[in-house]
Amino acid sequence: MRTLLKLSWIEVKLFVREPVTMVFTFALPLIFLFVLGGVFKNMPSEEFRNAKPMDYYTPAYIGLVIASIGLVGLPVHFAKYRERGVLRRFRASPLPLWTIFGSQVLVSLIIASLGGILLVAVSMMAFDVKFPESPALVLAGFLPSVIAFAAIGTLLGALLPTTRAAQGLGLILFIVMMMLSGSGPPPEVMSDVMVKTGQVMPLYYVTRLIQDPWLGFGWNWDAFMVLAGVTLAASLASLRLFRWE
Amino acid sequence: MNRIIEVEHLRKVYGPTVAVEDISFEVAEGEIFGLLGPNGAGKTTTVECLQGLRRPDAGRLRVLDLDPQSDGKELRRLIGSQLQDSALPDRMRVWEALDLFSSFMPNSPDWRIIMEQWGLTEKRKSSFSRLSGGQRQRLFVALALVNNPKVVFLDEMTSGLDPAARHTAWGLIRAIRDRGTTVVMVTHFMDEAERLCDRLGIVDSGRLTALDTPQGLIATYAGQVRVIFSTDHADLSWLQNVPNVSLVSRHGQRVEVEGSGPVLARVAAALVERGILPADLRLEQPSLEDVFLSITGHTIQDQD
Repeated sequence: MRTLLKLSWIEVKLFVREPVTMVFTFALPLIFLFVLGGVFKNMPSEEFRNAKPMDYYTPAYIGLVIASIGLVGLPVHFAKYRERGVLRRFRASPLPLWTIFGSQVLVSLIIASLGGILLVAVSMMAFDVKFPESPALVLAGFLPSVIAFAAIGTLLGALLPTTRAAQGLGLILFIVMMMLSGSGPPPEVMSDVMVKTGQVMPLYYVTRLIQDPWLGFGWNWDAFMVLAGVTLAASLASLRLFRWE
Repeated sequence: MNRIIEVEHLRKVYGPTVAVEDISFEVAEGEIFGLLGPNGAGKTTTVECLQGLRRPDAGRLRVLDLDPQSDGKELRRLIGSQLQDSALPDRMRVWEALDLFSSFMPNSPDWRIIMEQWGLTEKRKSSFSRLSGGQRQRLFVALALVNNPKVVFLDEMTSGLDPAARHTAWGLIRAIRDRGTTVVMVTHFMDEAERLCDRLGIVDSGRLTALDTPQGLIATYAGQVRVIFSTDHADLSWLQNVPNVSLVSRHGQRVEVEGSGPVLARVAAALVERGILPADLRLEQPSLEDVFLSITGHTIQDQD
């Protein structure tokens, strides 16, 4: 436990010392917020589940923070550690694999929380976004969402051999999910195929799990169950497929 | 002798390459055991198998009465490792690494002492990426020792260190041994092996070709010492008949006499008897270099 906390704290410090990752994780969703905030008139609309566009997009962008950590941040982190021999060094120590994974989940939670708070604060100040209808359920949805994407990120990190592969594939996955899973155009303007494809993406369920209680639609059990399944499958696969070198 | 490591007929193959053909040895508690050999001889593979980092293709391994493969987790709590080709995160600081690695085990001694011993206190706030090769190396050795291990594995510990740092490192390793820690080290430096190891195995092409104390190896494989001096005297054929002398060779003024036992005293006495008093009469002891050459038929650099 002491080691888990120590490793997590060091990892948080390492994240803060790496400006590029930090900007990508924290600034990208803010940029989207401002671009789309400039595009739409902030009036309630049917396309946006009868909410104002910015009320609709803010919870979706929290999902974007979570996805960028899981699809880009973590895989690149693991691949870099493997490529450089950091994992080799860890492996020769009494550090169990679950501590390494656990610390990444903790760090993801901390970073996603900071990114989420920053995003919500900015959207409330700049676009007059209203406070969530059910804040407790929003928080309750945030937690499993981060854990699910931390598991996906660990799996990608276990599978992708090099930093370059991780960066490339991670970014593609991120962009595809971003466009189709609720942070991009609203479903009504997308084709059937696009909507269906979006519903295969785990980010779609993150968006639902956070956006539903935010807009007052309550807890989305289906989304929760899907994410729980994704977490379980990705965690088991990571433990099996993880390569130290 | 309390055996702490047992290796029986270890074999390890990477695809078509045989890294370790057949290696067997034992290490006793509290000794510095060295594996000496050229690059690619199989030394690193052998110690990596012992640390449970690689799965042997054949053979039986025991370290501290544990099987490195099936009891790897428990084993890693008892050993310290300094590996080749490993790294820490670029932006991790020296003190953070020591603090983290010392947290793996309860009752680890204060890492600040080890940081001081290995000359890292000045660099405690530097990130890993900013350390020189020698500083990284010292940090890795320090990390291997920070948990007070029962056995420590050092793979080319002094590569990248300057001569002064190497001598300091040797002193620190001896001190660790004197406190009861068993040291298994891999090296391709002759002087390091000769001065530091209590026992030494010579590895060549995946096999252990000789195993003894450095002095024992020299006595067995390079027993002949050389007496060297210079003289103007033309006829030295009588030297051949001096007891203990086996071979006399001459290059201009320089005379080399090979022999064994008290050959120096015999030659000196014979020279004095004939009124020859060379000012530069001296004895050259054979070194591990000669041992290596006589066992493997090549010098240690040949295969680099």
